[in-house]
Amino acid sequence: MTWVLVGVLAAGTLALKTFGPLVAGGVQPPPALVRVIDLLTPALLTALIVVSTFSDGRTLVLDARAAGVAVGVVLLLVRVPLVAALVAAAVVVAGIRLLVS
Amino acid sequence: MSPARSVAVRRSAPLLLPTAALGVTFGLLASPIIGVLPALVMSAIVWSGTAQFGAMSVLAGGGGVSLAMGTGLLANARFLPMGFALAPSLSGSWWRRAATGAVMVDASFALAHEGEGRFDPQTVVWSAPLQYAGWVGGTAAGVAGASLFADPGSFGLDVLFPVFYVGLLLPELRGSARRLVVAAMSAGVALVLVPLVPEGIPVLAAAATALLGLKEPS
Repeated sequence: MTWVLVGVLAAGTLALKTFGPLVAGGVQPPPALVRVIDLLTPALLTALIVVSTFSDGRTLVLDARAAGVAVGVVLLLVRVPLVAALVAAAVVVAGIRLLVS
Repeated sequence: MSPARSVAVRRSAPLLLPTAALGVTFGLLASPIIGVLPALVMSAIVWSGTAQFGAMSVLAGGGGVSLAMGTGLLANARFLPMGFALAPSLSGSWWRRAATGAVMVDASFALAHEGEGRFDPQTVVWSAPLQYAGWVGGTAAGVAGASLFADPGSFGLDVLFPVFYVGLLLPELRGSARRLVVAAMSAGVALVLVPLVPEGIPVLAAAATALLGLKEPS
């Protein structure tokens, strides 16, 4: 059964990722759909940020990650390079965890 | 390497370490549940943290294989609209379009966005090798029992994902009130849904706020 799980997850994920490119490849969508596609990236990124910052499985949590992301946001807003913001955020999070553990 | 390739490789590089760390966690977590080889093969051919962790959390909680499949695939349902978003920017033979869709991950999708609904397929393709190597290599280290990164949290590595996404999001938001509105709505939807529905659904539902684009801009 384990291999069935592996196979189904692989085939299903492949199908989800390739269906759009296969049936709608190179076709110019109508303007309304272009606007939706354009908004999908910020909508998706925001959702990923929120979920990876404030959730632990199905529980909402406020922990060191929130502080790290806050530092990252501030640094990125003042146009600090991404890699520097990443390092600073990780240091903040690791530091807080070290202090509270 | 062409400029597009080296830019894609360089821009996706910051995620190599956290992706590998997450891979180690998956290997450590999954090998006692499904065995060493299935855990490794799963990372190699599924290549999706959300689906794999989702499926493992079901099995670890005593759920059956079919529930694990359903949870894993539901967690990846966002790839369906993402594939349709990518499609207009893809030309060439069917297998080339399918291959580009197949190697798409969240980060490369966002990196490739050029605005006006257009995506650079080269960025999607050339962001893939590092991410794939990190994920599969990390899993291999995890199933081998490497505990150096046992918890990506120990070095603050888990915070790299949201901060990386913030780095991609901010340029998207500059000068667009509409994108700002959608981002705020998306954040609200995701926060409300996290405790209520299975993993993966909050992101999918929040991404649906992009449907605001169906309305003509005023």
